[in-house]
Amino acid sequence: MASALINVPARAKRGEIIEVKTLISHPMETGYRRSQLGALIPRDIIRLFVCTYNGTEVFRAELHPAIAANPFIVFSTVATESGTLAFRWTGDKGFSVAESVAITVA
Amino acid sequence: MRRLCAAAGAIALATSAFAGEIPRSDRRSGYDFMSRETRAMQDDDSANPGLLWVLEGDGLWNRRTGTASRACVDCHGDARVSMKGVAARHPSFSAAQGRPVNLEQRINGCRINQQKAPPLAWESRDLLALTAYVARQSRGLPIEVGIDQRTQAFLDAGRATFERRQGQLNLACSQCHDDHWGRRLAGNVVPQAHPTGYPLYRLEWQTLGSLQRRLRNCLVGMRVEPYDYGAPELVDLELFLMWRARGMTFEAPAVRP
Amino acid sequence: MKRRTSRRRFLLTAGGAAAGFGLASVLQVTPARATPAAMQEAISKVVGPAHVNTGRVKLELPPLVENGNAVPLTVSVESPMSESDHVRAIHVFTEKNPQPDVASFHLGPRAGRASVATRIRLADTQTVLAICELSDGSFWSGSGPVVVTLAACLEEP
Repeated sequence: MASALINVPARAKRGEIIEVKTLISHPMETGYRRSQLGALIPRDIIRLFVCTYNGTEVFRAELHPAIAANPFIVFSTVATESGTLAFRWTGDKGFSVAESVAITVA
Repeated sequence: MRRLCAAAGAIALATSAFAGEIPRSDRRSGYDFMSRETRAMQDDDSANPGLLWVLEGDGLWNRRTGTASRACVDCHGDARVSMKGVAARHPSFSAAQGRPVNLEQRINGCRINQQKAPPLAWESRDLLALTAYVARQSRGLPIEVGIDQRTQAFLDAGRATFERRQGQLNLACSQCHDDHWGRRLAGNVVPQAHPTGYPLYRLEWQTLGSLQRRLRNCLVGMRVEPYDYGAPELVDLELFLMWRARGMTFEAPAVRP
Repeated sequence: MKRRTSRRRFLLTAGGAAAGFGLASVLQVTPARATPAAMQEAISKVVGPAHVNTGRVKLELPPLVENGNAVPLTVSVESPMSESDHVRAIHVFTEKNPQPDVASFHLGPRAGRASVATRIRLADTQTVLAICELSDGSFWSGSGPVVVTLAACLEEP
């Protein structure tokens, strides 16, 4: 039940650099914590975050346990044309979440 | 021996002289004691992780559940209208329970009685999401819990808990939060303990949590046996703390270190 | 006889503690934190044999945090981000976390600006290091220190 919040301007001028803010719910279990009984809690993190703009990859992030829980990633991209910004987070235990946002570029 | 008694007497006198309500003009939310960066995290809706629970709560608000197959929206409509101010007025008196109940108990009351669904467990994801969603609708409003002849006794019980020395350290909440707020304890600033932003995302927990979770944390820190979730002592304390914070702006879902 | 054995054992343990984590690999004890050597190894994996220049990379970090679980970080590089001159990637490392890698961000001319923000975990007061790879194959690094404090009343006693 992972929710994601994406903040992208709905419209932009052609050539404008836009800021993309993404937030996804995930505990990012490091693999270094121990339970009350001393057992090691296994690692469970998001490992990869990819953003494509009308199918072309424009940003990629490889994440490690040092990324805080509920990963927050802000990056920028050039508003080249109207279309779809698609986001995908993948990780341990088959974690895979996809979201997309429409953008109008004039 | 006599010197020790005199010293103890002096301390007792000093405590009673200092202990007292923080004047309204000095009242400050935990927000004001945080670093600039943590404040920025709370203020930015794209960066505040609490908003993830609000988003889930929105989904739950509209989902039919229970044998009555009812969703919150079926009775309450648009939460932005019907739930406005509700969280800022809780805990509030429940005629059915004959005592004040907090927001979580109010939500579970609806689940049991109206939706005919089992209650949600304390600190469960769904209960936190619904509480966060409802609490979000009070953001920016002043805290205003109603105290009348029905709730006065519970307020007094809550105040008594706040001022009572407890646990292995024989500490009372008021000693830190009324007498020494603004000073440091182990590298962190002692806040005034106003529940202005619950449920909130605590960096220490790395997740959203309720006021009761935070109160139980405090009790553990004070080396006091923590009351169970939903215990009348905790709800009375919640009532007192919200009353003590009356007039302050509700910030839920907040972020705290 | 008994005394000599226990004195040897005492010296071994004391020596182990004194030598610090350098001895950890010999004793096959999982280190609780990365060593400067581990960070260098992680950097080499990314950079290869190339030389890393100092400069051009800017890290924005709070100098002191109330909690190491979510430290805001913005890493940026001054670059025209054109086809011929842009930042290919930014890699972030720490020196005292259990493992040195934090994240690798892959950019390119479509980014417009070489600036990424996120929140990271810091296990202790330490320095955060970022290395960027430019389109001409060169590597540049920047760093920033953070003091990490901890809450007074924790959940677990």
